[in-house]
Amino acid sequence: MPATRSLPRPVAIVAAGISKFGAFPGKSSRDLFVEAFLDMESSASKGMDARAIEALYLGNFSSELFEHQGHTAPLIAEAVGLTPIPAVRVEDACASGGVALRQGVMAVASGMYDVVLVGGAEKMTSLPTAEVTDALATAADTQYEIPAGFTFPGFYAAIATAYMHRYGMRPEHLMNVAIKNHENGALNPNAQFGVSISDWMQSRIAAAIKKGKPAPTWQNVWDFLHDDSANPMIAWPLRLFDCSPITDGAAALLLVSAERAADYTDHPIYIIGSGQASDVPLHGRSDLTTLSAARNAAQQAYQMAGVTPADIRFAEVHDCFTIAEIVATEDLGFFPPGDGYKMAEDGVTARNGAKPINVSGGLKSKGHPVGASGIAQAVEVFKQMHGLAGERQLKGDVSLALTHNVGATGSTCVVHIYERKN
Amino acid sequence: MNETTMLPFTHASFQQHLSAHRLMGSRCAACGAMHLPPRAICPACRSAQMTWVEFSGRGRLAGFTSVFIPPTVMAQAGYGRENPYLSGVVELEEGPKISARLLGLDAAHPEGISIGQPLVVDFIDQGDGEKRSTVLAFRPLS
Repeated sequence: MPATRSLPRPVAIVAAGISKFGAFPGKSSRDLFVEAFLDMESSASKGMDARAIEALYLGNFSSELFEHQGHTAPLIAEAVGLTPIPAVRVEDACASGGVALRQGVMAVASGMYDVVLVGGAEKMTSLPTAEVTDALATAADTQYEIPAGFTFPGFYAAIATAYMHRYGMRPEHLMNVAIKNHENGALNPNAQFGVSISDWMQSRIAAAIKKGKPAPTWQNVWDFLHDDSANPMIAWPLRLFDCSPITDGAAALLLVSAERAADYTDHPIYIIGSGQASDVPLHGRSDLTTLSAARNAAQQAYQMAGVTPADIRFAEVHDCFTIAEIVATEDLGFFPPGDGYKMAEDGVTARNGAKPINVSGGLKSKGHPVGASGIAQAVEVFKQMHGLAGERQLKGDVSLALTHNVGATGSTCVVHIYERKN
Repeated sequence: MNETTMLPFTHASFQQHLSAHRLMGSRCAACGAMHLPPRAICPACRSAQMTWVEFSGRGRLAGFTSVFIPPTVMAQAGYGRENPYLSGVVELEEGPKISARLLGLDAAHPEGISIGQPLVVDFIDQGDGEKRSTVLAFRPLS
């Protein structure tokens, strides 16, 4: 059991912003970050002066491979006019954003800085899909895993087969996660694929009729999701709609010390728990149905925050693939092992359920610009806690939330717990 | 004993053994823990005293997938939507697990493949001369 750690002083989020997520030819990660930064500035209810920002921690996985651009953080700082503050890029694959947040939290908690910008940005759509797949594969073990032919959908597919074997889940159960997250994403104007799967199916039918082609005979979304032409197999048992998309996007947060919070807002969101852990590659693990780094990071965060999984009102978890959300809800202690898929089926994780998961639409529907995803999760927490989430705003108590951000197959996991105290 | 028992505990050495069709890992001389892939440092007891050990090559399937959308290198080898291939995690009878290609099973009908399927090691040799390389694979134990 890890030692219980505490932050030397409290840290609060007082502003949060996000760019539109999607495919944007002609926009670089810098351009996307400017959008997120401006959205963040406008979210500070008492306004903000960016000249108070003392440092930048930026999550970015692979601007080298995606944009042929290294040394990204100073360029991002320049783009938002913050030169000469220290600008640090943080890389832990798809957990880069969450880990950048954690670095910012530690920088403020330590007393080194009072006002820190944390962000994430990734520009992924400038490469063909096969090259994006190759770039993402560098987050795995390229010596021992990739030569076996694994892709990222393939790794999570292998997790799914082990899970199905142990707990009796069927591939159909995974579709509940995709259906739910697209329904949530349909209410998020920043989402890349903000449309329900039902509406998606209807638009495919309408398009076929318009072109004078025979109309597909799907009776419902289950027909649609079982049709290889609509929902092709990617890596069995995972199909297209089990996978998060390739996305351009950015997100930004302003972290401040408690003494400075009132300068920006009357309702700071405190980060009361932070945990992070690493793990061996997938094949090195005794159990393929759980991510021990997630369990480890969650335990650290719960202990620091002094709360239990039952206390968490809603969570944004790393649903890079549908099976990943199911495993996450178990690793975070929301449900016992083997129950996660049943809870998705029963609507417990739906927006109006007892434990809403990925109200933003998740990586699945909102999009997954890998280095930005961990920050975007915290942006959703900020919006929900400030009543700014529009049509997807949760009803009732939203005062305690959690984010869970994973790198690769769980070689990194970072968990944060947030509280609105007033 | 031969000259390969003196190799450092690196990926290059693992590949050198693999190209000789031997599945070699490391064994901690202090606590006896077996490691595959080979390790230079034992995470169990922190010893750096290792010896090479050959694994039996027998194991069972722990998790797998049939890849329909391949990475570039596999697409260039002719794999794809109409010609999927299998990748898996294999638990060796000595305990460690390893990632490998799966041969002799039907990639087009992965629903018929069972976790726990007994497997035996195989080796895929690619290229010639300087470019020759070997990929670890398993096939059903018959």
